[in-house]
Amino acid sequence: MASLLGSYSLFFGLCCSFFIFFYSLKDFNVYNKLDKKILSFTFLQFFFVVVSFICLVLSFINSDFSNATVFNHSHTTKPLFYKVSGTWGNHEGSLLLWLLVLTLFILLFLIKSSKQPKKYIILTLLFQQIIIIGFFVFLLKTSNPFSHIFPVPKEGLGLNPILQDPALAIHPPILYLGYVGSSIIFSSALAATTLNYISKEWAKDIKNWVLISWIFLTLGILLGSIWAYYELGWGGFWFWDPVENVSLMPWLALTTLLHCILVLEKRLILTSWAVILSIATFTLSMSGTFLVRSGILNSVHTFANDPQRGLFILIFLFSLIFMSLFIFLFFHKVENKNTNPFFWLSKETSILINNWFMMYFLSVILIGTIYPIFLEVLSSEKISVGPPFYNKLIIPFLVPFLFAMMVGPKLKWIKSDLQNKFHLVLFLIISFFLSIFIVSKLDINFLNNTILFTASFYLFFGSLRDLIINKFKNLSQGIAHFGFSLLILSILLNSIFSTEVITNLKIGETFQSEKFKIKFEKVDYKNEQNFQAIIGKFEIENIDGNSLTLKPELRIYNQPNIVTSEADIKTNLYSDKFITMNMVQNQDYFNIRYQIKPYMIWIWISVLLISFGGLHSLFRKKI
Amino acid sequence: MYGRKVKFRIIFVLLFIITLALTVFLVLKSLEENVVYFQSPTELKVLPELQKKKIRVGGMVKNDSIFVNSYELTFVITDFKNEINVIYSGAIPNLFEEGKGVVAEGYLKDRNFFSATKILAKHDENYMPPEVKEALEEK
Repeated sequence: MASLLGSYSLFFGLCCSFFIFFYSLKDFNVYNKLDKKILSFTFLQFFFVVVSFICLVLSFINSDFSNATVFNHSHTTKPLFYKVSGTWGNHEGSLLLWLLVLTLFILLFLIKSSKQPKKYIILTLLFQQIIIIGFFVFLLKTSNPFSHIFPVPKEGLGLNPILQDPALAIHPPILYLGYVGSSIIFSSALAATTLNYISKEWAKDIKNWVLISWIFLTLGILLGSIWAYYELGWGGFWFWDPVENVSLMPWLALTTLLHCILVLEKRLILTSWAVILSIATFTLSMSGTFLVRSGILNSVHTFANDPQRGLFILIFLFSLIFMSLFIFLFFHKVENKNTNPFFWLSKETSILINNWFMMYFLSVILIGTIYPIFLEVLSSEKISVGPPFYNKLIIPFLVPFLFAMMVGPKLKWIKSDLQNKFHLVLFLIISFFLSIFIVSKLDINFLNNTILFTASFYLFFGSLRDLIINKFKNLSQGIAHFGFSLLILSILLNSIFSTEVITNLKIGETFQSEKFKIKFEKVDYKNEQNFQAIIGKFEIENIDGNSLTLKPELRIYNQPNIVTSEADIKTNLYSDKFITMNMVQNQDYFNIRYQIKPYMIWIWISVLLISFGGLHSLFRKKI
Repeated sequence: MYGRKVKFRIIFVLLFIITLALTVFLVLKSLEENVVYFQSPTELKVLPELQKKKIRVGGMVKNDSIFVNSYELTFVITDFKNEINVIYSGAIPNLFEEGKGVVAEGYLKDRNFFSATKILAKHDENYMPPEVKEALEEK
């Protein structure tokens, strides 16, 4: 029943698009206020998608296995929370969620931007509708979430247990809010280009959307990263895996756009650049969904899926890119009237430099992610590009980037002198000696690490001072930049001071190292709703006499039959103690991994700070 | 001779081209050094010479081949035509099981022994490395 309703509702939603097109085109040249019908149909479309989404959620909650999506991804013994989150834990459901957010955002856009020129609103709506229609057709044709199975199976196949986790339950919606938010930026940038309306007013209007998508994308990536940290049991938070990279690329483009929009809003320069970035951000978000969902990527996060679907998204993606490039090349007029003076030492130059670096990072990640795909198609050779590639290409350029980030915000628009030269030099000297102090105690490459540490500390002190002294000037930027410096610093310290022990132990055995002793005391068994847990008990004794009990867990899920390991992590402000255990098939040994990860929590805190900076900027004017 | 604006444009374009060239050069050079090739046990058998570079071997874990002691783990990767012995000490992923797909990253010792530095797991129990799938379908 719910499936039928959901299916029809989707179809009606698609029909709304045609009404919207019709009324929009009719209303386009009329000098009047926006036709109320357009708003009504947009709302109706949103309503239909909501109904359809609720139907799918209900099918999941009721374990209605006549629905193929539910059958493939759910099970009666699954806890309610994961039944609901299972709705978007699969291809069909996640696309429906995309569509839901697409229709929601265009509705919000119509409401929020009602003071903008009418033609611009209508065109934005039309471009957005092209995307929406594309997704409707994609859903209905290739991946209908409501397809029927007969005879009705008694039991579902279950959700991949690795996805049965609170962080990953909310990760897709948050990430999608970010991804899809960029669709509004895309549509409105195209609309503004067509109408030659790239102006300060446009920048003001679109800045909020950039901020919203940016905040959600940041949080989405953070959640994914935290999940990977404790669920995959590798003890890292970023693996330069293709699936992770495709979420980082739109983030980089969006961050660049955010800075670029600021310049545009103040000075009306870099207009072409802003349009290109808007197009790039959305294209990257779409390709992200495409690459993850099509199974093309050779990734550790690979889920078995259907490559046929990829073709549709690929064709759709290319049509969108061609359309936007066409509009950009034929409609975009470079403003020759621009006689604004331009000086090297100014805020806009420093933002431009920042943009260049971001684009460099973006291209490195892009090449590293898609080069293996191309090579495989061209020469059928299979390769993978690992962390060394990214580390080697990104880290050296991080140093000038950090320095530019330190100096940039201190400059003024148009023309500026360096003020507070005294502080700049003082901080540099302090950072330098602090770095030497830290690095000289360790057995690592002296020169490289000193430079890297100096740059990080420099930005850290600089942004901290900005945060404290320029309290009322630009707090959002201060928070975000301080967050970023904290992030770099924590990652650096974390990667240098982490220690790790991997060993195989039988119950009762003890592992002895120079600094600590790991005693594997016992295992307990426990039955839960849809899994059996094996809980290990480990006693870790440090050389200074401190001891600590850790209880990592193995979960043997019954449907599907998969073992997952739950790390036990003891977190404090200074370090994380992290342990995972794994069974080795048919053997008495357990594979134990114990790690000490310093300042881990600061990585999460700093990313939260960064997104809080965005949030503050979003609400600043209204308070 | 030229206006300030033109001069500025030229500098800008030049800078842009130089950065672009530098980027391309760096990326290509780094790719060459850091790429890890994926090979099946059969492909390893027909290699003209042993490579010193890091590679990835993928296939299925042979039944009854996992053996473990306190510091290392040995098993056999097979693509149902050829197989290779793997020695590994390190963390073992959850989905590492006999009869399931596996990808090991590391160095070849000789034609029959592979010393792995990392074992990669997939998140999905139905996942099988594409190469193994192909090999299975050929059978």
